[in-house]
Amino acid sequence: MRVLGIESSCDETGLALYDTQGGLLGEVLFSQIDIHAPYGGVVPELASRDHVRRLPLLLRELQQQTGVERPDAIAVTAGPGLMGALLVGVSFARALGFAWGVPVLPVHHLEGHLLAPLLEGEAPFPAVALLVSGGHTLLMEVRGLGDYTLLGETLDDAAGEAFDKAAKMMGLAYPGGPILAQWAERGDPTAFALPRPLLDRPGLDFSFSGLKTAFRYALDKVRPASDQQLADLAASFQAAVVETLAEKCRRALGQTGHRRLIVAGGVGANKALRSRLADLASGARNREPIALHYPRLSHCTDNGAMIALVGGLRLAGGLVPAPDFPVRARWPMESLETR
Amino acid sequence: MGWSFPDPEACHAWGKGLGETLTIPAVIFLEGDLGVGKTTLAQGVLRGFGVPGRVKSPTYTLIESYATAHGPALHLDLYRLSDGEELEFLGIRDYLDEAALWLIEWPERGVGFLPEPDLRLRLSIASPGHHRLEVLLATARAASWLPFPPAGEEHDG
Repeated sequence: MRVLGIESSCDETGLALYDTQGGLLGEVLFSQIDIHAPYGGVVPELASRDHVRRLPLLLRELQQQTGVERPDAIAVTAGPGLMGALLVGVSFARALGFAWGVPVLPVHHLEGHLLAPLLEGEAPFPAVALLVSGGHTLLMEVRGLGDYTLLGETLDDAAGEAFDKAAKMMGLAYPGGPILAQWAERGDPTAFALPRPLLDRPGLDFSFSGLKTAFRYALDKVRPASDQQLADLAASFQAAVVETLAEKCRRALGQTGHRRLIVAGGVGANKALRSRLADLASGARNREPIALHYPRLSHCTDNGAMIALVGGLRLAGGLVPAPDFPVRARWPMESLETR
Repeated sequence: MGWSFPDPEACHAWGKGLGETLTIPAVIFLEGDLGVGKTTLAQGVLRGFGVPGRVKSPTYTLIESYATAHGPALHLDLYRLSDGEELEFLGIRDYLDEAALWLIEWPERGVGFLPEPDLRLRLSIASPGHHRLEVLLATARAASWLPFPPAGEEHDG
């Protein structure tokens, strides 16, 4: 069965075709930095969330890429996300479903992220999943398809957002998280004492807002900062975030007893985080090693492939799509139906 | 009018007091640079207004809406907006008909597309650990919402 996946919950517009037998057949993505020929050169930033114009063009491109005109089903992100952006994708999916006479099923955006490693052909469950991006920072217990428990999440800012904002304070462009990480490579992570929010308390929640203020104080103290001081600040900031994330992962693995850790989301590409988690996975204190699972880099950020995948898995698992479903800006993952 | 906060808890408490006494429709602009305490103040206001549970940053989603016993609360963060007209893409008009609490961070990025404010709150750092809040009343009705008397000038700066 071939499933068309549609993702438009925030900035990115992504489409993909997934075959429940043959895997991923093709995918197309439009993001703010991905300026593509069919759009006639530079796309104004103004339209960065204008999914309406992109979806038909992306569908045409995917059809040409795969040679498949009509899928057997359509999976679309129905939440959580930006209401207007979600409605565009869902309306597009419903119109196609009606025209083609194929079922349309709603997919939870975060479930797409959690299951994205399955696109690499493995089913790493049960596991603890760390989803860490510009919009999300949470720990989820994944026992199987549709069987999730939220272990902890951020009480304020997402980790990727904290990275971007610290970068902005340093005068780097937005989103500057990856640029800050490059600066950090040349810095001393112990040069500045920054707080590790919530590490002194039990529980698996995160908080990164206070770190912004602490970072601002440190930066103001050394202004005008030399390049080495900026690198040291970046390294100290990254160390505070990475250590917090890794420690909460360690606690979550201990609490659940699982030996697999899935890391998804854009911050999952951060080298310092990967290195720290590799240390955690091979740690001498472990009774048995912990297996780390990352989606491929292009699937760490929003994409249509993960949505098509979840749709395919649900249909293969016997889900019968309802003729109608709500679009939800907020949607607790634990309430997902699997049948 | 000015207030000064010796710690984040005082800032949160001030916001909570405001959230408890304000009446909708209410439009509050929250201004100030990164790291000056806007998140803390916003969390206080929303908590005081009756938003239960987590108040997550709307930086990524641009808008978070909550239903409370006192009416709807809309928390906007326009930090990622490059042009106010983008608010049209987000369907901001759909929200304008209903009386609500509007709490808007980085309002300067939505100029021309936002409702008129009742209150403008401007945060800054006086010295590490010591943050200052300036309050500008834009409508007379907002005067009765403010918690605690303003700090005397001797505490300012």
